Amino acid sequence: MAETALRNFTINFGPQHPAAHGVLRMVLELDGEVVERVDPHIGLLHRGTEKLIEHKTYMQAVPYFDRLDYVAPMNQEHAFCLAAEKLLGIQLPKRGQLIRVLFCEIGRLLSHILNITTQALDVGALTPPLWGFEQREFLMSFYERASGSRMHAAYFRVGGVHQDIPNKLVDDIYAFCDPFLKVCDDIEGLLTDNRIFKQRTVDVGVVNLADAWNRGFSGVMVRGSGAAWDLRKAQPYECYSEMEFDIPIGKNGDSYDRYCIRMEEMRQSVKIMKQCLEKLRSPEGQGRVSVDDGKIVPPKRGEMKRSMEALIQHFKLYTEGFHVPAGEVYAAVEAPKGEFGVFLVADGTNKPYKCKIRAPGFAHLSAMDFMCRGHILADVSCIMGTLDIVFGEIDR
Amino acid sequence: MDQALETLGASIKSALGASVTGYEVAHGELAVTAKAADIVKVATFLRDDAACQFICIIDVTAVDWPSREQRFDVVYHLLSPRLNQRIRVKAATDEVTPVPSLIDVFHGVDWYERETFDLYGVLFTGHPDMRRILTDYGFEGHPLRKDFPLTGFVEVRYDDEQKRVVYDKVRLAQEFRTFDFLSPWEGTDYVLPGDEKAK
Repeated sequence: MAETALRNFTINFGPQHPAAHGVLRMVLELDGEVVERVDPHIGLLHRGTEKLIEHKTYMQAVPYFDRLDYVAPMNQEHAFCLAAEKLLGIQLPKRGQLIRVLFCEIGRLLSHILNITTQALDVGALTPPLWGFEQREFLMSFYERASGSRMHAAYFRVGGVHQDIPNKLVDDIYAFCDPFLKVCDDIEGLLTDNRIFKQRTVDVGVVNLADAWNRGFSGVMVRGSGAAWDLRKAQPYECYSEMEFDIPIGKNGDSYDRYCIRMEEMRQSVKIMKQCLEKLRSPEGQGRVSVDDGKIVPPKRGEMKRSMEALIQHFKLYTEGFHVPAGEVYAAVEAPKGEFGVFLVADGTNKPYKCKIRAPGFAHLSAMDFMCRGHILADVSCIMGTLDIVFGEIDR
Repeated sequence: MDQALETLGASIKSALGASVTGYEVAHGELAVTAKAADIVKVATFLRDDAACQFICIIDVTAVDWPSREQRFDVVYHLLSPRLNQRIRVKAATDEVTPVPSLIDVFHGVDWYERETFDLYGVLFTGHPDMRRILTDYGFEGHPLRKDFPLTGFVEVRYDDEQKRVVYDKVRLAQEFRTFDFLSPWEGTDYVLPGDEKAK
């Protein structure tokens, strides 16, 4: 038999592959069906967010954060607001904190529903997305009723939240909670013991804990490998320290464990949401939703009609914006995908001098080569699903 | 909290000697300034020392200060899950002096260093795969530098005759507007019209 020269096969995965979860081009080097090397090419959705923010006032910078991880917009805004508030040295009133925590947990649900169901779709299950997206629609209507917008809310502002939420919305979110747990059970019934789903996810994309830390993983990616690390518990911000919830962790660090963690985190989020809603109804949860400082938070429309001072402050805030004292801070929140951080350098003017966005997905995707090596081609889309990737935040 | 960070900062400074030039605690965060040439030594110490255990690389970026001689601060953020503590390491460099790559200490810096190179033009030595990452294939310049204009230099459009996307020099229909928001009562470096008569 004649000796044939064997050579590896190189294929392009994306940038328009449905399992690429956005615009990712991956150059895959294959030996037969086994992946030898993965080279993700990112930046196809790069919009220069960080550069734009340097040219905007602090208030104008907030909406850019909605457009990073557009699956859970308010969690991103939160990190930026926390960073600016740290520099300004202000503390939110209780009701503002509760509303923020409530909507952060809604964001977590939004993100986890999308991730779990589309990962199921990637490995061949069609029903979970249909059931899950109905729930996302309810959640986005809550976003809309609070902020006027389904996705790009710009609801968290430096110094608080934009508007108070009506009592009817509090009641409606409460009414959503218990039926949603039932839907979680239904989706879990489809997937958790499903033979095909298990065959596709168990022992796929295993990461041990030392590697996870060394590669800058965070969120579910380290919890899946067995670290009980959650910024909501470890470095609590807002009123998370008063909330009662558990952190699920995995044992094997594979895709299946991470799926189970996300599933459980949704239930814990609902638990937190319920606690928030109860507090929002109680006397301690009444009052202002933002700090009482006319130099940072714009006045209400009614005040502007009567008070000259309020009119001046409104004009100044929406033209010049507020000045933030010079300094540098790093503020991080536990976003659904992991640690979302903002490194803010202020020079005392009304615009950030530098605003670095630390997106969890960036670190996770950079380990794609490490995680995919030796797996077969079909596992690539499964690993991509388990990393929970959204290109808005990776490409910025 | 701040007291613990002060102690940690002082112990890091004394252990690393001349490699660490100073430390500062502000807003409840510890920032250490290190010599860029010794950054590998500093990072290895922070990762391995039992009193530090900063085993997680959070972020690498740079800050551009064009008026300084060494215009860039390369900024590393590390996390110690054991101590539940964060640290910021800053190392100054300029456009031509490379900074040693931390790739052997933290595998996670791979893309972060590529990004810092791409957006700021900071050079790293010892990085195995130093390509641009976020900007377009064939992009020129480093967009996050302060002397890079917000609008950039080129724009793309689809050319119907050549049947492909072409790059043109950027054309602004209206001049780019930046407003000076500094109050004239709070230190401006220009003379207000009419003020020159007062002299």
